[in-house]
Amino acid sequence: MNKNNEVLVKVENVSKKFCRDLKKSLLYGLTDIAGEITGRNNHNRDLRPKEFWALKDISFELKRGEVLGLIGRNGAGKTTLLKVLNNLIKPDSGRVTMRGRVGALIALGAGFNPILTGRENVYVNGAVLGLTKKEIDVKFDEIVDFAELWEFIDTPVQSYSSGMQVRLGFAVASNMEPEIFLIDEILAVGDRAFRLRCFNHISKLVNSTATVLVSHSMFNISQVCNRVIVFDGGNQVFDGDVQKGISLYNTATEYETEKLIYTSKGLSLNKFEILDKEITWDGELKFILDFNSDNNIDNTFVRFIVTQIDGNVIAEWRSSYHDIYCSVKKGSNLFEIIIKNIRLRNDKYKVNLILTKGSGSEYLITAHQSAEFSVKDSLFTSSDYVI
Amino acid sequence: MEETLKTTEELPEVVYTPESQLRKPRQLLKSMWHDLMASRELAWRLFVRNISAMYRQTMLGYVWAFLPPVFTTLTFVFLNSQKIFSVGETDIPYPAYVMIGTLLWQGFADAMNSPLRMINQSKSFLAKINFPREALILAGIGEVLFNFAIRLILLFIVFFWYKISVPMTVFWAPLGILAMMALGLMFGVLLAPLGVLYQDIEKGLPLITGMWMFLTPVVYPPPTGWPASLLSSLNPVSPLLITTREMITTGNFTHLTGFIVIIGLTLTLLFIGWILYRLALPHLIERISA
Repeated sequence: MNKNNEVLVKVENVSKKFCRDLKKSLLYGLTDIAGEITGRNNHNRDLRPKEFWALKDISFELKRGEVLGLIGRNGAGKTTLLKVLNNLIKPDSGRVTMRGRVGALIALGAGFNPILTGRENVYVNGAVLGLTKKEIDVKFDEIVDFAELWEFIDTPVQSYSSGMQVRLGFAVASNMEPEIFLIDEILAVGDRAFRLRCFNHISKLVNSTATVLVSHSMFNISQVCNRVIVFDGGNQVFDGDVQKGISLYNTATEYETEKLIYTSKGLSLNKFEILDKEITWDGELKFILDFNSDNNIDNTFVRFIVTQIDGNVIAEWRSSYHDIYCSVKKGSNLFEIIIKNIRLRNDKYKVNLILTKGSGSEYLITAHQSAEFSVKDSLFTSSDYVI
Repeated sequence: MEETLKTTEELPEVVYTPESQLRKPRQLLKSMWHDLMASRELAWRLFVRNISAMYRQTMLGYVWAFLPPVFTTLTFVFLNSQKIFSVGETDIPYPAYVMIGTLLWQGFADAMNSPLRMINQSKSFLAKINFPREALILAGIGEVLFNFAIRLILLFIVFFWYKISVPMTVFWAPLGILAMMALGLMFGVLLAPLGVLYQDIEKGLPLITGMWMFLTPVVYPPPTGWPASLLSSLNPVSPLLITTREMITTGNFTHLTGFIVIIGLTLTLLFIGWILYRLALPHLIERISA
């Protein structure tokens, strides 16, 4: 009996439509309820005026031990799918089969009344999540430990900071032991220590549950998930390997603008360009910096910052680390710089360039996300850099 | 350390489809019963939460539960004594008469308002977390009963003060009280789905309730002449109110048939309202913002 092959979540051709217009939406609500009362079939309806498909033909199966990441732009349908899986809204077509208890880490602190104390609210929140009083009694100390709220547990929740409320909410919610876990970006708030604890907790549960995680942080997704579905405008455009899915999402969300250029007084940038846009393992990058200056400035150095497509900084080359300092002349200047032995994995990268004065605290020219290059045939594929 | 994983055969399986739940009536009834049982603990928690929080930030505390009926009674007693508002003879001293009527009416009105009030109060997590929805209704009714119980103390005081004797039928009174609340709850549950979508219900209900109170023999004895007697025959609250008051005061039942008929209708429509509530909720949740 292979316990790890059980399919816990089965989604077959699920679609869901929403309405853009408030008044029409309310009216459709009435008609839908009437349809429910008269026992209509309700399958495969077309779009009524002002309606759009928030989800169209989504299908997948999820087994125990799988952690599925749902990624896509805002409004692509991820949270809607979670709501359908959580039995909060009905699909407009298709079917969903869920085996086992469903636990949702979607809204923390549900049921909290701010006037009551943390202690009282722990019981309310626990009850909303389906935990019995006995379960909470047994775990109460653990909950307060996890939230680190010993001094404040008997204070009204209205005097908690939002971080404290989130900590308390998560501490209670972490006692759920469902077969299917639905998680929606609640980990976006809270300080770093708290976020680490959340991840540790979730990682512990991953083997015994089927998890669906919605997040905008590609970092979180790549840490926790072993499978990814990419959403675009309600459609399922990719289902599979996490890194491939993340790349697809990154290219889809690339945009032309955001080349922020800043120059300090007396300077103007003419051109910042990378000459070899595609390099291989151990290759070299040559770039030029063409600018004008009103004054002579001594002792400047160049910072070449490599980022991922989403702006996440991963590496930096500084000319000062190689004892290379440049003098800026009055008039036009042309710097040609070659960086050798570049060892990055296959991917597309963007560059932030900074020309700065001696001590490093005064930026003369900043060109943010202003150039691109890509790496092919690299020798490593998984990590960003090798020690 | 032994780790036991449940096999697929033991796990509860649920299927969601676009179909109306009415197409599988047995499954619907089973899940209604299951949710009702599952919601008891949550209902109690929500009830305790609401009662604890209700007057925590006030100085007078639970005294506030007494004050509305006290003021209504004093107002009508004054108006009656000054002959500004004349009601004729009542079987017991007028202040006690008004107090009973007001308390019973308040029970009905509170019960009618409670479903929509509880849903609006819980909007934030209603659309995000799946929990047995019956808990909201039960917690609401709990609050209504609690408030009624507090006001009952007032009634005891008034009856004691006027040395009014109660007949044996007073033991039937809880039935009457519950019947009035059930009627109110029935209207509340039937109106709730519409009320979630359209705020007109929320705004209109206080107006209607206010007017309705004057069309019911709350502060005056039931009119016997036509057409005023229609107020007793067409108004569903009247038979319940009148009979319950008679249970506590005279022991003579004048509207017993109406009482029984209304109770029967109430229970039926309440059950239908429950089904409607369940069928409507998923559709309501997708239309409300949270």
